[in-house]
Parts: sequence; structure tokens; C-alpha cells
Amino acid sequence: MNIAYYPGCTLKTTAKEFDISTRASTKALGINLVELPRWNCCGTVHALAKDDVMHHLAPLRNLLRVEEAQQSGIVDEKRVVALCAMCYNTLKRSNQAFNADSDKAGKVRESMNNEASVYSGQVEVEHLFETLRTFGWDKVQARVSKPLKGLKVAPYYGCLLLRPRGIGIDNADNPRVFEDLLKALGADVVEFGYKQKCCGSYHTVHMVDVVADLSNRILTQAQAAGADIVATACPLCEFNLGNRQTAVAKKYPKFNGIPIVYFTQLMALAFGLGEDETALWMNKPDPRPLLREKGLI
Amino acid sequence: MVFIRGVSKKRYNIYSVIASEMSSEKQGLFIYPNPGNKVFRDRVKELSGEKVELCFQCGACSSGCPMTQEMDYLPSKVIRMVQLGLEEALESKTIWVCTTCFNCEVRCPRGIDIANVMESLRQLVLRKKYDRVALNDLSDEQLRELPQVAIISSLRKLTA
Amino acid sequence: MTENDIKMVTIYVMGKKQRVPADLTIMKAMEYAGHQFRRGAGCRGGFCGACATVYRKRGSYKLQGALACQKIVEDGMIIAQIPFSPQEKVTYKINELKAEANTFLEYYPEIARCLACNTCTKACPQDIMVMDYVQAALRGDVAQAAKISFDCLGCGLCAMRCPAEIVPYNIGQLARRLESKYLEGPTEQVLKMCEEVRAGKFDAEIEEMKKMDKATIAKKYNTREMKIK
Repeated sequence: MNIAYYPGCTLKTTAKEFDISTRASTKALGINLVELPRWNCCGTVHALAKDDVMHHLAPLRNLLRVEEAQQSGIVDEKRVVALCAMCYNTLKRSNQAFNADSDKAGKVRESMNNEASVYSGQVEVEHLFETLRTFGWDKVQARVSKPLKGLKVAPYYGCLLLRPRGIGIDNADNPRVFEDLLKALGADVVEFGYKQKCCGSYHTVHMVDVVADLSNRILTQAQAAGADIVATACPLCEFNLGNRQTAVAKKYPKFNGIPIVYFTQLMALAFGLGEDETALWMNKPDPRPLLREKGLI
Repeated sequence: MVFIRGVSKKRYNIYSVIASEMSSEKQGLFIYPNPGNKVFRDRVKELSGEKVELCFQCGACSSGCPMTQEMDYLPSKVIRMVQLGLEEALESKTIWVCTTCFNCEVRCPRGIDIANVMESLRQLVLRKKYDRVALNDLSDEQLRELPQVAIISSLRKLTA
Repeated sequence: MTENDIKMVTIYVMGKKQRVPADLTIMKAMEYAGHQFRRGAGCRGGFCGACATVYRKRGSYKLQGALACQKIVEDGMIIAQIPFSPQEKVTYKINELKAEANTFLEYYPEIARCLACNTCTKACPQDIMVMDYVQAALRGDVAQAAKISFDCLGCGLCAMRCPAEIVPYNIGQLARRLESKYLEGPTEQVLKMCEEVRAGKFDAEIEEMKKMDKATIAKKYNTREMKIK
């Protein structure tokens, strides 16, 4: 079955390892993700103001593309899988707003009236975690050829996968989906209290100091809980917790670095896929020395 | 009707406390802000769609907020200011420091989306052609290094 | 032939009502009405983008864009010209750039503000999918951005209407330059030709031509063999 895949801008540029490992690991599971033709930037954040129509055009146009793709047979269902947590949140929220407010829906349709078709509101937006959950953890486990034994992984959810209520893919206070995946991959799951605390998000552009503080808190807590490595599902979190470690180290001299990976990279690793599929050379800081030490590569 | 005029210790406006004896059901103490600020309160409610009057100041939102150390007013205080129609909320650092992480939204026992209210306050300022982040201040190196999701979301939230 | 025999239409040029023949282009109609073009006219052939025009038609709220030298007048057109749209073409050294998304973000960071609202596409008089090529550049798909923006004249109508204040044709131009320099590969025929010239293959013919008179050259030119691959 072909499912529509929405990568988002960042997965095509600075977070290519997320895209590469996703395609490889889902293919290994027999889940066929087809990149949405003619997709556009989703806008990354949901426009909360009630009178806003313009900022919903970008996400809803993508959902229209999903319908077009389904009608022309490129994909089999009116469903789209997003990987970036921010894209997922934005697409889903705009979809909900469109379906809840017929007035706004009318204005959006009017603004998109030079498109070949009209958006019906019937597309389902899901995150890959949900797809895998439906697919079945036992089936994921069955595909594992190199269990991540001895690797202590701290799952970092971030904010937008779990919040707000009604959009989150799991219980915001006690989510299990990431932990379930890591267990299926054979890793040791490390529980720590900061797994859903914000990393600072877009403040990394002009308030790097603040991001350094928040990242420091999250990472030192993960380390204190015994983690070797932190796994994440959002390219902005990965940047704030990964690349920004240089800023953290500058502000907090006692900080010891810890590698960050995307959950799909761990999947690709556990499925025994090669270097080109796990794309581990792109992560900053480099997780390969740790993984070599653990005998996983 | 009994009028009591008072001035708060902080730099808030003069407010009137009116004890109403209109009817037995309506008996009680009403604190009215200066009439002009009602427009501000109503505009925030309209823009966000949130029922800010439901807030009873429990502080759960402030306790879960990751950015409080950078704020001048706690999130719960900002909601109070909106309730009272105090436009000082627009001059706070708080609204710009919010990361829209929605931790407040999931915790609020009355179902208020505080992050949404913060966004409305930002919008009221941004729509007057104010930019919090200047594109021109970003160096070439930053533009090369930052992931697109960061640049785009920052511009969406913090520029006009 | 008097004006009574020709079909006439009513147009409004910058607010002033004019009666003009129905089969003229906007540019010719404006000149018929007495306007002299000092700016906003160039090749008059739909290629240079100088004559960007916006118009509405009486009874319709829609704001449309056109090239004055190409668009035929219609009854009820309310016309204004935009001979120049303000924009800054950033200086860059093409030899030092990379064909990737971050290049666009570095020189034109406002591209991150694109709302995918499609207003630019609606404004384009060349029917180019402007939003698509801006989004392609944002995605890092330089080849696609170059391909879609190929017919762009830089008339400026999209830039005037963009709510995010992006100048799309600068993006298209950068995309095409990057594509041809880094992605397309060297132009084999041109390089081969240059080698042949350097080797002296055409020296004898050039010497002969230098001695010819004008009439002979003209005849040779008009009967030349055209090799189009």
C-alpha cells in the first residue's frame, strides 16, 4: 500500500539524515512511503489567531495535494504521514480548524479557487509513530536483525508531538509510544523527567543563550538518568539539543556532550541497514564513536 | 451603590470597586477596570477565542512553563492582566519569550489555552508593523547554519 | 474609415476615460489616447518585462496583471502601469555559491516567509507557477526552480503583490544561474566550437569574407545553411 509522505523543508536540507533513514527503515518494514508531489512548505507553526485565514493556506494546500494524489492513484488513501513534529502539528491543526469552522473553510476554498480541485477536509494527518503503532510493535520487532543491546536511549518527545490536547499522538503526561518503539528495537529505555520539556524551539534564532539553558537542563537530566544517547523526532529539537551543544559547553564548562539521533536512524540501525541508510555521519555531535564502542556499527 | 476608588501598589491604573446592591443574585464585588481597556480585553478574547474569565489563578500554567526565568510577568499574571483589561500586558517581555510549547494548555484545569492568549497579545503588537526579530540582524553564517524550520517559525511568530 | 466604422471600447487610463479601438493592445491604445511612453515600454514584443500593467474591469473585484504590449484592451478596463518595482538584487559571486536551499536563505532570507498563498502565480502575465518555483527553491530543488521560472521576464508584478514581501524573480534568476553553472554541466557544443576556432578551422573563411563586398556578403547571408540540432 502506498502512503503519502510529507517530508517538510528541513528534512530536504539540513536534516537529510532524518529523510534518508525514514525512507530506508519504512521500506525495510514494507511500508511504502511515497513523497507527495508538488508539496509546499507547511509554515512550521499553526496560526492561532481566530481571524487568520492566510496562514492556513500553506498546510491545507498540502492536504489538497494528498487528495489529488489519491485521486490519480499515486497513493491509496487520503492519509499523509509526517516526520517532522512541527509539520505534523501544523498540518493536523489546520485540518482540524478547517473542519470545525465552516466559515473559515469557505474563505480558504475561495482563496484556493484557482486549484484544479476543492479540498474536502477528509485527509487524515498522522505521525510515523502512529503509523508504526497501528502497524504493530511485534511486527517491528520481527524485522530487527541487530537489536540495540546495551544502548541506553533517552527518548525525547519535545512539545508538538504531544500537545495541545486533541492533537497529541499520546497521553501528554505519560506517553509510551516512543518507549514502545525503542523496546521493540531492543534498546534499554531510560526514563527521565525532561522528555517533554521544551527545547527552546525558534528562540534558537535570536536567543541562543536561552536555548543553551534549556538544552543543558534536558541533556544533563538525561545523562544523570544513565542515558548514552538521546533520540528525537523533530529536526528543530535535534538542532537545539545537538548542534547547540557547542553553545551549551561554552556557557556550562562542566557539560559533557552526548550524541543525538533521530528515531528512524535507530530503526535503520536495528534493521541491519548500511551506512548509507543510517546516515549517521550527518549528525552533530557524531554518534558513531559511541555506537562503535557499543558494538552496534 | 457604593463607590470606592483605589490605587493599586503597582503601577496599574486607578480602578473602581463597585459594590452592587442591584438584586440579590447580583450582589457581590465587581472590580471594573477603566472603561477604555474593556476594548482591549474583548479584542484579546475575540482574537484568541479563549474564555479568559474562567481563570481562577491557580498557577498551574506558570509552574509548567519552561521560560519563566526569562519572563517579567508569569503566564498566570498575564492572564490576570487581560482579565482586568490592563494593556501593560502588551509591553511585557513575557509574550515574546513564550515558545508556544502548550505545556500551559494541557495543565489548565479550566481548559484555557494560555499560549493562544499569548499569541493574541503578540498579534496585537505585530499587526502594528512591529518586528521582534530583524531579518537583517541575522549574519550570513547564521542563515547558512540554522535549519529552515527555525528561521521560518521564528519569522512567523515574531515578525509582522 | 472613421471612428464610426471601427469597433471601439471604453477604457480608463489612470482614472481618465478613453474611447479606443477594440483590437489594440493596451500599449497601443494608450498611445492612441495620446500617452507617450518614456518608461514602461521596451521591446514591445512580450520579452523584456518593462510594460507591467495592473488592471481591473468594471463590475469585477479581481485585480489582474498583464503586459501592456501583449494584452488586447477590453471594454471597462481600468488601467495603471507599474514601470518599476523596487527590489534589491543582492550581490553574490556565482563562483563561490552552492546549488542548495541554504544559498537562497543566505542571500534572500525573506524566502522563509513564503505563505504558499499563490498570489504571485495569480499576478503573473506569463502564466508561470511562481509559487511552485519559490517553494522548489525553499526545498533545495534548484533544477525544478530553474525549469519552472524559465519564461520569467522580471516584470515585477509578483513582487508587488507578495504579502511576504519576497521578490520571486530574483529567486528564479539565482536558481537558473546556479542550475546552469553547477547542475547542467558544461556546454559541449560550445566548448568544441571554441576549440575548432582556436585550431584555425575557420581562419581561411574569415579571410575570404574580409575581402568580399557588401552585396556578396548580403547574398551569402540570406542563403546561409542553418544547422539547428
